[in-house]
Amino acid sequence: MSTAFDMTAGQVTIDGRKILRGVDLTVDDGEVVAVLGANGSGKSTLVRSLLGVQPLSGGTTLLYGRPPARFREWWRIGYVPQRLSVGGGVPATVREVVASGRIARQRRGRLTSAADRQAVAAALNEVGLSDRAGDPVSSLSGGQQQRVLIARALAGEPDAFVLDEPTAGVDAGSQKMLAETLSGLVDRGKTVVLVAHELGPLEPLISRAVVLNQGCKVHDGAPPTAVGAHALPGHDHVHPHEPEPAESGLPSWVLAQEKA
Amino acid sequence: MTIFDLDFMRYALVAAVMVGLTAPAVGTFIVQRRLALLGDGIGHVALTGVALGFLTGTAPVATAVVVAALGAVAIEMVRARGKTSGDVALALLFYGGLAGGVMIIYLTPGESTASLNSYLFGAITSVDSTDLWVIAGLAVAVLALLAVFGRELFVLCQDEEVAKASGLPVRFLGLLIAVIASVTVVVAMRAVGLLLVSALMVVPVATSQQLTRSFRTTMALSMVFGVLATVGGLTSSFYLDVPSGATIVLLALAGFAVALGIGRFVRRSRTGESTA
Repeated sequence: MSTAFDMTAGQVTIDGRKILRGVDLTVDDGEVVAVLGANGSGKSTLVRSLLGVQPLSGGTTLLYGRPPARFREWWRIGYVPQRLSVGGGVPATVREVVASGRIARQRRGRLTSAADRQAVAAALNEVGLSDRAGDPVSSLSGGQQQRVLIARALAGEPDAFVLDEPTAGVDAGSQKMLAETLSGLVDRGKTVVLVAHELGPLEPLISRAVVLNQGCKVHDGAPPTAVGAHALPGHDHVHPHEPEPAESGLPSWVLAQEKA
Repeated sequence: MTIFDLDFMRYALVAAVMVGLTAPAVGTFIVQRRLALLGDGIGHVALTGVALGFLTGTAPVATAVVVAALGAVAIEMVRARGKTSGDVALALLFYGGLAGGVMIIYLTPGESTASLNSYLFGAITSVDSTDLWVIAGLAVAVLALLAVFGRELFVLCQDEEVAKASGLPVRFLGLLIAVIASVTVVVAMRAVGLLLVSALMVVPVATSQQLTRSFRTTMALSMVFGVLATVGGLTSSFYLDVPSGATIVLLALAGFAVALGIGRFVRRSRTGESTA
Protein backbone atom coordinates (compact mmCIF):
# COMPACT_ATOMS: atom_id res chain seq x y z
CA MET A 1 0.00 0.00 0.00
CA SER A 2 1.37 3.39 -0.88
CA THR A 3 1.18 6.55 1.14
CA ALA A 4 -0.81 9.47 -0.25
CA PHE A 5 0.21 12.16 2.24
CA ASP A 6 3.13 12.11 4.62
CA MET A 7 3.90 15.12 6.78
CA THR A 8 6.73 15.12 9.31
CA ALA A 9 6.99 17.83 11.97
CA GLY A 10 5.04 20.24 9.77
CA GLN A 11 5.17 23.84 10.95
CA VAL A 12 3.44 26.87 9.50
CA THR A 13 4.05 30.41 10.68
CA ILE A 14 2.01 33.25 9.20
CA ASP A 15 2.95 36.83 10.10
CA GLY A 16 4.86 35.59 13.14
CA ARG A 17 1.92 33.53 14.41
CA LYS A 18 2.47 29.81 14.74
CA ILE A 19 -0.50 28.10 13.07
CA LEU A 20 0.92 24.55 12.95
CA ARG A 21 3.41 23.47 15.61
CA GLY A 22 5.11 20.33 14.35
CA VAL A 23 2.39 18.01 13.08
CA ASP A 24 3.11 14.42 11.96
CA LEU A 25 0.44 12.98 9.71
CA THR A 26 0.52 10.01 7.39
CA VAL A 27 -2.47 9.11 5.23
CA ASP A 28 -2.32 5.77 3.42
CA ASP A 29 -4.17 4.97 0.20
CA GLY A 30 -7.82 4.21 0.80
CA GLU A 31 -8.03 5.83 4.22
CA VAL A 32 -10.85 8.24 5.04
CA VAL A 33 -9.43 10.71 7.53
CA ALA A 34 -11.34 13.51 9.22
CA VAL A 35 -9.39 16.48 10.55
CA LEU A 36 -11.33 17.89 13.48
CA GLY A 37 -10.87 20.73 15.91
CA ALA A 38 -12.19 24.08 17.01
CA ASN A 39 -12.12 27.14 14.76
CA GLY A 40 -8.59 28.48 14.54
CA SER A 41 -7.00 25.17 15.53
CA GLY A 42 -5.16 24.96 12.19
CA LYS A 43 -7.32 22.38 10.36
CA SER A 44 -7.49 24.21 7.03
CA THR A 45 -3.84 25.17 7.22
CA LEU A 46 -2.95 21.52 7.81
CA VAL A 47 -4.73 20.23 4.69
CA ARG A 48 -3.57 23.16 2.58
CA SER A 49 0.01 22.49 3.58
CA LEU A 50 -0.42 18.77 2.87
CA LEU A 51 -1.00 19.88 -0.74
CA GLY A 52 1.82 22.42 -0.80
CA VAL A 53 -0.71 25.22 -1.34
CA GLN A 54 0.43 26.64 2.00
CA PRO A 55 4.22 26.41 2.23
CA LEU A 56 5.71 24.93 5.42
CA SER A 57 8.04 27.01 7.54
CA GLY A 58 9.50 23.86 9.07
CA GLY A 59 9.30 20.11 8.62
CA THR A 60 8.52 18.25 5.41
CA THR A 61 5.51 16.99 3.55
CA LEU A 62 5.30 14.45 0.75
CA LEU A 63 2.62 13.80 -1.87
CA TYR A 64 2.86 10.20 -3.04
CA GLY A 65 6.47 10.17 -1.91
CA ARG A 66 7.54 13.51 -3.41
CA PRO A 67 7.73 17.05 -2.00
CA PRO A 68 5.03 19.29 -3.59
CA ALA A 69 7.58 21.27 -5.64
CA ARG A 70 8.74 18.08 -7.36
CA PHE A 71 5.37 16.32 -7.52
CA ARG A 72 4.20 15.86 -11.11
CA GLU A 73 1.11 13.63 -10.91
CA TRP A 74 -1.29 16.37 -9.86
CA TRP A 75 -4.20 14.60 -11.55
CA ARG A 76 -4.08 12.20 -8.59
CA ILE A 77 -5.24 14.98 -6.25
CA GLY A 78 -8.69 16.56 -6.09
CA TYR A 79 -8.82 19.65 -3.89
CA VAL A 80 -12.15 21.05 -2.72
CA PRO A 81 -11.62 24.48 -1.16
CA GLN A 82 -13.86 25.88 1.56
CA ARG A 83 -15.93 27.99 -0.77
CA LEU A 84 -16.33 28.91 -4.39
CA SER A 85 -14.25 31.94 -5.24
CA VAL A 86 -16.27 34.36 -7.35
CA GLY A 87 -13.20 36.35 -8.32
CA GLY A 88 -13.89 39.67 -9.99
CA GLY A 89 -17.45 38.74 -10.88
CA VAL A 90 -17.08 37.56 -14.47
CA PRO A 91 -19.86 34.97 -14.78
CA ALA A 92 -19.02 31.29 -15.21
CA THR A 93 -21.45 28.44 -15.68
CA VAL A 94 -21.62 25.35 -13.51
CA ARG A 95 -20.29 23.31 -16.45
CA GLU A 96 -17.34 25.68 -16.99
CA VAL A 97 -16.29 25.45 -13.34
CA VAL A 98 -16.69 21.67 -13.21
CA ALA A 99 -14.83 21.26 -16.53
CA SER A 100 -11.88 23.20 -15.10
CA GLY A 101 -11.34 20.23 -12.77
CA ARG A 102 -9.92 18.36 -15.79
CA ILE A 103 -7.01 20.81 -16.06
CA ALA A 104 -4.39 18.49 -14.53
CA ARG A 105 -5.26 15.84 -17.13
CA GLN A 106 -5.28 18.15 -20.15
CA ARG A 107 -2.36 18.97 -22.41
CA ARG A 108 -1.76 22.62 -23.17
CA GLY A 109 -3.17 23.66 -26.53
CA ARG A 110 -5.26 20.50 -26.99
CA LEU A 111 -8.97 20.72 -27.51
CA THR A 112 -11.42 19.27 -25.00
CA SER A 113 -11.63 15.50 -25.55
CA ALA A 114 -14.60 13.14 -25.44
CA ALA A 115 -13.16 11.69 -22.21
CA ASP A 116 -13.16 15.21 -20.72
CA ARG A 117 -16.80 15.73 -21.63
CA GLN A 118 -17.82 12.33 -20.25
CA ALA A 119 -16.04 12.90 -16.96
CA VAL A 120 -17.69 16.31 -16.57
CA ALA A 121 -21.14 14.91 -17.34
CA ALA A 122 -20.59 12.04 -14.87
CA ALA A 123 -19.41 14.45 -12.16
CA LEU A 124 -22.41 16.74 -12.67
CA ASN A 125 -24.71 13.75 -12.52
CA GLU A 126 -23.10 12.43 -9.33
CA VAL A 127 -23.82 15.64 -7.42
CA GLY A 128 -27.27 16.03 -8.97
CA LEU A 129 -26.59 19.26 -10.85
CA SER A 130 -26.91 18.09 -14.47
CA ASP A 131 -30.00 20.24 -14.93
CA ARG A 132 -28.14 23.35 -13.70
CA ALA A 133 -25.07 22.87 -15.94
CA GLY A 134 -25.78 25.97 -18.01
CA ASP A 135 -26.62 28.26 -15.09
CA PRO A 136 -24.13 30.78 -13.71
CA VAL A 137 -22.61 29.47 -10.47
CA SER A 138 -23.46 32.75 -8.77
CA SER A 139 -27.18 31.89 -9.06
CA LEU A 140 -26.76 28.74 -6.93
CA SER A 141 -27.30 28.39 -3.19
CA GLY A 142 -24.34 27.84 -0.86
CA GLY A 143 -24.98 24.10 -0.66
CA GLN A 144 -25.26 23.81 -4.43
CA GLN A 145 -22.03 25.76 -4.88
CA GLN A 146 -20.34 23.29 -2.53
CA ARG A 147 -21.60 20.49 -4.79
CA VAL A 148 -20.13 22.30 -7.81
CA LEU A 149 -16.74 22.35 -6.07
CA ILE A 150 -17.00 18.65 -5.32
CA ALA A 151 -18.03 17.94 -8.91
CA ARG A 152 -14.99 19.90 -10.08
CA ALA A 153 -12.74 17.59 -8.06
CA LEU A 154 -14.68 14.51 -9.23
CA ALA A 155 -14.27 15.56 -12.88
CA GLY A 156 -10.50 15.20 -12.55
CA GLU A 157 -10.95 11.53 -11.52
CA PRO A 158 -8.25 11.77 -8.83
CA ASP A 159 -7.06 9.08 -6.41
CA ALA A 160 -7.19 11.30 -3.35
CA PHE A 161 -9.68 13.97 -2.34
CA VAL A 162 -8.89 16.78 0.06
CA LEU A 163 -12.00 18.61 1.23
CA ASP A 164 -11.84 21.75 3.35
CA GLU A 165 -15.02 21.99 5.46
CA PRO A 166 -17.39 20.58 2.84
CA THR A 167 -20.27 20.62 5.31
CA ALA A 168 -19.87 24.16 6.64
CA GLY A 169 -22.97 26.27 6.07
CA VAL A 170 -24.57 23.64 3.83
CA ASP A 171 -28.30 22.87 3.85
CA ALA A 172 -29.56 19.44 4.92
CA GLY A 173 -30.29 18.29 1.36
CA SER A 174 -26.78 19.09 0.18
CA GLN A 175 -25.30 17.46 3.31
CA LYS A 176 -27.12 14.25 2.49
CA MET A 177 -26.00 14.46 -1.13
CA LEU A 178 -22.45 15.03 0.08
CA ALA A 179 -22.59 12.00 2.37
CA GLU A 180 -23.83 9.86 -0.53
CA THR A 181 -21.11 11.15 -2.87
CA LEU A 182 -18.49 10.53 -0.21
CA SER A 183 -19.69 7.00 0.45
CA GLY A 184 -19.43 6.36 -3.31
CA LEU A 185 -15.80 7.48 -3.17
CA VAL A 186 -15.11 5.27 -0.16
CA ASP A 187 -16.66 2.28 -1.97
CA ARG A 188 -14.34 2.91 -4.91
CA GLY A 189 -11.36 2.85 -2.52
CA LYS A 190 -10.46 6.53 -2.92
CA THR A 191 -8.37 8.31 -0.30
CA VAL A 192 -10.22 11.10 1.47
CA VAL A 193 -8.97 13.78 3.84
CA LEU A 194 -11.67 16.13 5.01
CA VAL A 195 -11.77 19.00 7.43
CA ALA A 196 -14.88 19.31 9.55
CA HIS A 197 -16.09 21.12 12.58
CA GLU A 198 -18.64 18.42 13.22
CA LEU A 199 -19.01 15.17 11.32
CA GLY A 200 -22.80 14.88 11.32
CA PRO A 201 -24.00 12.49 8.59
CA LEU A 202 -20.40 11.81 7.48
CA GLU A 203 -19.53 10.04 10.73
CA PRO A 204 -20.10 6.42 9.61
CA LEU A 205 -17.77 6.90 6.61
CA ILE A 206 -14.72 8.02 8.58
CA SER A 207 -12.00 5.44 9.25
CA ARG A 208 -9.75 7.69 11.30
CA ALA A 209 -9.89 11.07 12.97
CA VAL A 210 -7.14 13.55 13.64
CA VAL A 211 -7.90 16.25 16.18
CA LEU A 212 -6.01 19.52 16.23
CA ASN A 213 -5.84 21.96 19.08
CA GLN A 214 -3.91 25.22 18.75
CA GLY A 215 -1.79 23.85 15.94
CA CYS A 216 -0.89 20.58 17.69
CA LYS A 217 -2.19 17.09 17.00
CA VAL A 218 -3.95 15.93 20.15
CA HIS A 219 -5.70 12.82 18.90
CA ASP A 220 -5.08 10.40 16.02
CA GLY A 221 -7.16 7.25 15.84
CA ALA A 222 -10.73 6.09 16.00
CA PRO A 223 -13.26 8.79 15.23
CA PRO A 224 -14.70 10.26 18.42
CA THR A 225 -18.32 9.33 18.96
CA ALA A 226 -20.71 12.03 19.97
CA VAL A 227 -21.25 12.10 23.74
CA GLY A 228 -23.30 14.04 26.24
CA ALA A 229 -25.35 16.90 24.94
CA HIS A 230 -23.78 16.49 21.50
CA ALA A 231 -25.46 13.11 21.12
CA LEU A 232 -28.97 14.35 21.81
CA PRO A 233 -31.15 14.42 18.73
CA GLY A 234 -31.61 17.89 17.42
CA HIS A 235 -28.51 19.14 19.23
CA ASP A 236 -27.54 22.41 17.69
CA HIS A 237 -23.89 23.34 17.90
CA VAL A 238 -24.27 26.97 18.87
CA HIS A 239 -20.89 27.61 20.47
CA PRO A 240 -18.36 27.16 17.68
CA HIS A 241 -16.27 30.14 18.72
CA GLU A 242 -16.13 29.33 22.39
CA PRO A 243 -12.70 28.38 23.67
CA GLU A 244 -12.29 24.72 24.56
CA PRO A 245 -12.02 23.68 28.26
CA ALA A 246 -8.96 25.33 29.69
CA GLU A 247 -7.46 22.64 31.93
CA SER A 248 -6.44 20.24 29.16
CA GLY A 249 -7.13 22.25 26.04
CA LEU A 250 -9.02 19.26 24.62
CA PRO A 251 -12.56 19.31 23.30
CA SER A 252 -14.97 17.66 25.70
CA TRP A 253 -15.81 14.82 23.35
CA VAL A 254 -12.14 13.91 22.97
CA LEU A 255 -11.78 13.74 26.74
CA ALA A 256 -14.86 11.55 26.96
CA GLN A 257 -13.44 9.32 24.24
CA GLU A 258 -10.13 8.92 26.04
CA LYS A 259 -11.77 8.20 29.38
CA ALA A 260 -13.93 5.51 27.81
CA MET B 1 -16.25 61.57 -49.14
CA THR B 2 -16.31 58.57 -46.82
CA ILE B 3 -13.74 57.57 -44.24
CA PHE B 4 -12.56 54.76 -46.52
CA ASP B 5 -11.23 57.24 -49.07
CA LEU B 6 -8.47 58.33 -46.73
CA ASP B 7 -5.39 56.16 -46.18
CA PHE B 8 -4.91 57.28 -42.58
CA MET B 9 -8.52 56.45 -41.77
CA ARG B 10 -8.22 52.97 -43.28
CA TYR B 11 -5.14 52.32 -41.14
CA ALA B 12 -6.92 53.76 -38.14
CA LEU B 13 -9.93 51.50 -38.68
CA VAL B 14 -7.80 48.36 -38.88
CA ALA B 15 -5.96 49.43 -35.71
CA ALA B 16 -9.31 50.09 -34.04
CA VAL B 17 -10.50 46.56 -34.81
CA MET B 18 -7.28 45.06 -33.42
CA VAL B 19 -7.52 47.08 -30.23
CA GLY B 20 -11.24 46.42 -29.88
CA LEU B 21 -10.61 42.67 -30.03
CA THR B 22 -7.52 42.32 -27.82
CA ALA B 23 -8.13 44.74 -24.97
CA PRO B 24 -11.43 43.17 -23.76
CA ALA B 25 -10.11 39.61 -24.32
CA VAL B 26 -7.24 40.24 -21.91
CA GLY B 27 -9.52 42.35 -19.78
CA THR B 28 -11.87 39.42 -19.09
CA PHE B 29 -9.07 37.53 -17.32
CA ILE B 30 -7.80 40.64 -15.58
CA VAL B 31 -11.21 41.61 -14.24
CA GLN B 32 -11.75 38.04 -12.99
CA ARG B 33 -8.35 38.17 -11.29
CA ARG B 34 -9.49 41.34 -9.47
CA LEU B 35 -6.85 43.42 -11.18
CA ALA B 36 -9.19 45.76 -13.06
CA LEU B 37 -6.85 48.68 -12.47
CA LEU B 38 -3.73 46.81 -13.59
CA GLY B 39 -4.06 48.42 -17.03
CA ASP B 40 -3.98 51.88 -15.48
CA GLY B 41 -0.85 51.04 -13.55
CA ILE B 42 0.88 49.66 -16.61
CA GLY B 43 -0.25 52.68 -18.61
CA HIS B 44 1.47 55.06 -16.19
CA VAL B 45 4.66 53.02 -16.28
CA ALA B 46 4.54 52.83 -20.09
CA LEU B 47 4.78 56.63 -20.24
CA THR B 48 8.35 56.42 -18.99
CA GLY B 49 8.96 53.98 -21.83
CA VAL B 50 7.50 56.38 -24.40
CA ALA B 51 9.68 59.21 -23.11
CA LEU B 52 12.75 56.97 -23.18
CA GLY B 53 11.97 56.32 -26.84
CA PHE B 54 12.08 60.06 -27.54
CA LEU B 55 15.29 60.49 -25.52
CA THR B 56 17.15 57.65 -27.26
CA GLY B 57 15.68 58.26 -30.69
CA THR B 58 14.09 54.80 -30.86
CA ALA B 59 10.47 54.05 -31.66
CA PRO B 60 8.42 54.99 -28.56
CA VAL B 61 6.20 51.91 -29.08
CA ALA B 62 9.21 49.59 -28.75
CA THR B 63 10.57 51.22 -25.60
CA ALA B 64 7.05 51.42 -24.18
CA VAL B 65 6.56 47.64 -24.63
CA VAL B 66 9.82 46.90 -22.82
CA VAL B 67 9.27 49.30 -19.93
CA ALA B 68 5.58 48.37 -19.57
CA ALA B 69 6.46 44.67 -19.48
CA LEU B 70 9.12 45.28 -16.81
CA GLY B 71 6.61 47.34 -14.84
CA ALA B 72 3.99 44.60 -15.15
CA VAL B 73 6.46 41.99 -13.91
CA ALA B 74 7.32 44.22 -10.94
CA ILE B 75 3.62 44.70 -10.16
CA GLU B 76 2.98 40.95 -10.34
CA MET B 77 5.94 40.19 -8.09
CA VAL B 78 4.72 42.67 -5.49
CA ARG B 79 1.21 41.18 -5.74
CA ALA B 80 2.42 37.58 -5.48
CA ARG B 81 4.33 38.33 -2.28
CA GLY B 82 0.94 39.25 -0.88
CA LYS B 83 2.20 41.78 1.63
CA THR B 84 -0.30 44.29 2.92
CA SER B 85 1.90 47.09 1.62
CA GLY B 86 1.26 45.86 -1.94
CA ASP B 87 -1.21 48.64 -2.72
CA VAL B 88 1.23 51.32 -1.69
CA ALA B 89 4.08 49.70 -3.61
CA LEU B 90 1.91 49.70 -6.74
CA ALA B 91 0.97 53.33 -6.23
CA LEU B 92 4.66 54.24 -5.93
CA LEU B 93 5.32 52.51 -9.22
CA PHE B 94 2.42 54.29 -10.98
CA TYR B 95 3.47 57.77 -9.88
CA GLY B 96 7.10 56.96 -10.54
CA GLY B 97 6.19 55.97 -14.08
CA LEU B 98 4.22 59.15 -14.74
CA ALA B 99 6.76 61.50 -13.16
CA GLY B 100 9.62 59.64 -14.84
CA GLY B 101 7.98 60.10 -18.23
CA VAL B 102 7.45 63.82 -17.74
CA MET B 103 11.01 64.34 -16.45
CA ILE B 104 12.67 62.35 -19.23
CA ILE B 105 10.70 64.17 -21.94
CA TYR B 106 11.76 67.50 -20.39
CA LEU B 107 15.40 66.42 -20.58
CA THR B 108 15.02 65.39 -24.24
CA PRO B 109 16.28 68.14 -26.58
CA GLY B 110 13.55 69.55 -28.79
CA GLU B 111 10.71 67.75 -26.99
CA SER B 112 8.24 68.95 -24.39
CA THR B 113 5.34 67.43 -22.50
CA ALA B 114 3.22 68.32 -25.55
CA SER B 115 5.01 65.48 -27.35
CA LEU B 116 3.43 63.08 -24.88
CA ASN B 117 -0.11 64.26 -25.55
CA SER B 118 -0.83 61.85 -28.38
CA TYR B 119 0.35 58.97 -26.17
CA LEU B 120 -1.59 60.15 -23.14
CA PHE B 121 -4.87 60.69 -24.94
CA GLY B 122 -4.45 58.68 -28.13
CA ALA B 123 -3.99 59.64 -31.75
CA ILE B 124 -5.28 56.73 -33.74
CA THR B 125 -5.36 58.68 -36.98
CA SER B 126 -1.57 59.11 -36.80
CA VAL B 127 -1.06 55.34 -37.22
CA ASP B 128 1.01 54.67 -40.35
CA SER B 129 1.56 51.39 -42.17
CA THR B 130 4.65 50.48 -40.11
CA ASP B 131 2.75 51.10 -36.86
CA LEU B 132 -0.07 49.01 -38.22
CA TRP B 133 2.19 46.00 -38.78
CA VAL B 134 3.58 46.31 -35.24
CA ILE B 135 0.08 46.64 -33.75
CA ALA B 136 -1.24 43.72 -35.82
CA GLY B 137 1.71 41.52 -34.86
CA LEU B 138 1.33 42.27 -31.16
CA ALA B 139 -2.45 41.80 -31.28
CA VAL B 140 -2.13 38.41 -32.98
CA ALA B 141 0.51 37.35 -30.44
CA VAL B 142 -1.76 38.36 -27.55
CA LEU B 143 -4.77 36.49 -28.91
CA ALA B 144 -2.66 33.40 -29.71
CA LEU B 145 -1.25 33.30 -26.17
CA LEU B 146 -4.75 33.63 -24.72
CA ALA B 147 -5.95 30.77 -26.91
CA VAL B 148 -3.09 28.47 -25.86
CA PHE B 149 -3.12 29.31 -22.14
CA GLY B 150 -6.79 30.22 -21.79
CA ARG B 151 -7.82 27.10 -19.89
CA GLU B 152 -5.03 27.45 -17.34
CA LEU B 153 -5.58 31.20 -17.01
CA PHE B 154 -9.27 30.56 -16.32
CA VAL B 155 -8.37 28.32 -13.36
CA LEU B 156 -5.73 30.79 -12.15
CA CYS B 157 -8.06 33.78 -12.33
CA GLN B 158 -10.89 31.82 -10.69
CA ASP B 159 -8.94 30.53 -7.68
CA GLU B 160 -5.16 30.68 -7.36
CA GLU B 161 -5.04 28.00 -4.62
CA VAL B 162 -6.95 25.54 -6.78
CA ALA B 163 -4.57 26.33 -9.63
CA LYS B 164 -1.66 25.48 -7.32
CA ALA B 165 -3.31 22.27 -6.16
CA SER B 166 -3.83 21.32 -9.82
CA GLY B 167 -0.08 21.58 -10.41
CA LEU B 168 -0.34 24.64 -12.68
CA PRO B 169 2.74 26.88 -12.92
CA VAL B 170 1.00 29.74 -11.10
CA ARG B 171 4.02 32.02 -10.91
CA PHE B 172 4.65 31.71 -14.64
CA LEU B 173 0.96 32.16 -15.49
CA GLY B 174 0.74 35.25 -13.26
CA LEU B 175 3.71 36.80 -15.04
CA LEU B 176 2.30 35.75 -18.40
CA ILE B 177 -1.01 37.51 -17.87
CA ALA B 178 0.83 40.60 -16.59
CA VAL B 179 3.07 40.71 -19.66
CA ILE B 180 0.15 40.06 -22.02
CA ALA B 181 -1.65 42.96 -20.34
CA SER B 182 1.33 45.26 -20.79
CA VAL B 183 1.61 44.44 -24.49
CA THR B 184 -2.12 45.11 -24.85
CA VAL B 185 -1.76 48.46 -23.10
CA VAL B 186 0.88 49.51 -25.60
CA VAL B 187 -1.21 48.27 -28.54
CA ALA B 188 -4.23 50.21 -27.28
CA MET B 189 -2.13 53.27 -26.39
CA ARG B 190 -2.32 54.60 -29.96
CA ALA B 191 -6.10 54.33 -30.02
CA VAL B 192 -7.25 55.75 -26.71
CA GLY B 193 -4.09 56.88 -24.96
CA LEU B 194 -2.37 55.59 -21.85
CA LEU B 195 -4.73 57.40 -19.49
CA LEU B 196 -7.83 55.79 -21.02
CA VAL B 197 -6.35 52.44 -22.02
CA SER B 198 -7.74 50.56 -19.05
CA ALA B 199 -11.26 51.59 -20.04
CA LEU B 200 -11.09 49.34 -23.08
CA MET B 201 -9.90 46.43 -20.94
CA VAL B 202 -12.57 46.83 -18.31
CA VAL B 203 -15.69 48.59 -19.66
CA PRO B 204 -16.60 46.11 -22.45
CA VAL B 205 -16.21 43.26 -19.95
CA ALA B 206 -18.39 45.01 -17.39
CA THR B 207 -20.92 45.65 -20.16
CA SER B 208 -20.93 42.07 -21.35
CA GLN B 209 -21.25 40.50 -17.89
CA GLN B 210 -24.58 42.27 -17.43
CA LEU B 211 -26.00 40.07 -20.16
CA THR B 212 -24.17 36.72 -20.03
CA ARG B 213 -24.04 33.52 -17.98
CA SER B 214 -20.75 31.94 -19.00
CA PHE B 215 -17.12 33.03 -19.01
CA ARG B 216 -16.73 32.12 -22.66
CA THR B 217 -19.67 34.21 -23.90
CA THR B 218 -18.67 37.08 -21.61
CA MET B 219 -15.31 37.17 -23.33
CA ALA B 220 -16.75 36.83 -26.85
CA LEU B 221 -19.40 39.47 -26.29
CA SER B 222 -16.93 41.85 -24.67
CA MET B 223 -14.79 41.59 -27.81
CA VAL B 224 -17.86 42.48 -29.91
CA PHE B 225 -18.55 45.47 -27.65
CA GLY B 226 -14.89 46.42 -27.82
CA VAL B 227 -14.91 46.53 -31.61
CA LEU B 228 -18.23 48.39 -31.67
CA ALA B 229 -16.79 51.02 -29.32
CA THR B 230 -13.47 51.50 -31.13
CA VAL B 231 -14.85 51.46 -34.68
CA GLY B 232 -18.00 53.36 -33.75
CA GLY B 233 -16.04 55.90 -31.73
CA LEU B 234 -13.46 56.41 -34.45
CA THR B 235 -16.10 56.87 -37.15
CA SER B 236 -18.20 59.29 -35.17
CA SER B 237 -15.15 61.27 -34.05
CA PHE B 238 -14.22 61.68 -37.73
CA TYR B 239 -17.63 63.03 -38.73
CA LEU B 240 -18.18 65.08 -35.59
CA ASP B 241 -14.58 66.33 -35.53
CA VAL B 242 -13.99 65.45 -31.87
CA PRO B 243 -11.06 63.58 -30.22
CA SER B 244 -11.18 59.85 -31.08
CA GLY B 245 -9.88 58.41 -27.79
CA ALA B 246 -12.44 60.17 -25.65
CA THR B 247 -15.25 59.35 -28.11
CA ILE B 248 -14.34 55.64 -28.01
CA VAL B 249 -14.36 55.53 -24.22
CA LEU B 250 -17.57 57.55 -23.88
CA LEU B 251 -19.27 55.25 -26.40
CA ALA B 252 -18.11 52.19 -24.41
CA LEU B 253 -19.50 53.75 -21.22
CA ALA B 254 -22.81 54.54 -22.94
CA GLY B 255 -22.95 50.87 -23.99
CA PHE B 256 -22.42 49.86 -20.36
CA ALA B 257 -25.31 52.06 -19.20
CA VAL B 258 -27.63 50.51 -21.80
CA ALA B 259 -26.52 46.95 -20.93
CA LEU B 260 -27.03 47.64 -17.24
CA GLY B 261 -30.66 48.54 -17.94
CA ILE B 262 -31.25 45.57 -20.26
CA GLY B 263 -29.56 43.20 -17.81
CA ARG B 264 -31.77 44.34 -14.92
CA PHE B 265 -34.86 43.95 -17.08
CA VAL B 266 -33.87 40.46 -18.31
CA ARG B 267 -33.00 39.24 -14.81
CA ARG B 268 -36.24 40.58 -13.41
CA SER B 269 -38.33 38.85 -16.06
CA ARG B 270 -36.34 35.62 -15.49
CA THR B 271 -37.04 35.63 -11.76
CA GLY B 272 -40.64 36.51 -12.61
CA GLU B 273 -40.86 33.38 -14.76
CA SER B 274 -39.32 31.09 -12.16
CA THR B 275 -41.53 32.29 -9.34
CA ALA B 276 -44.70 32.29 -11.46
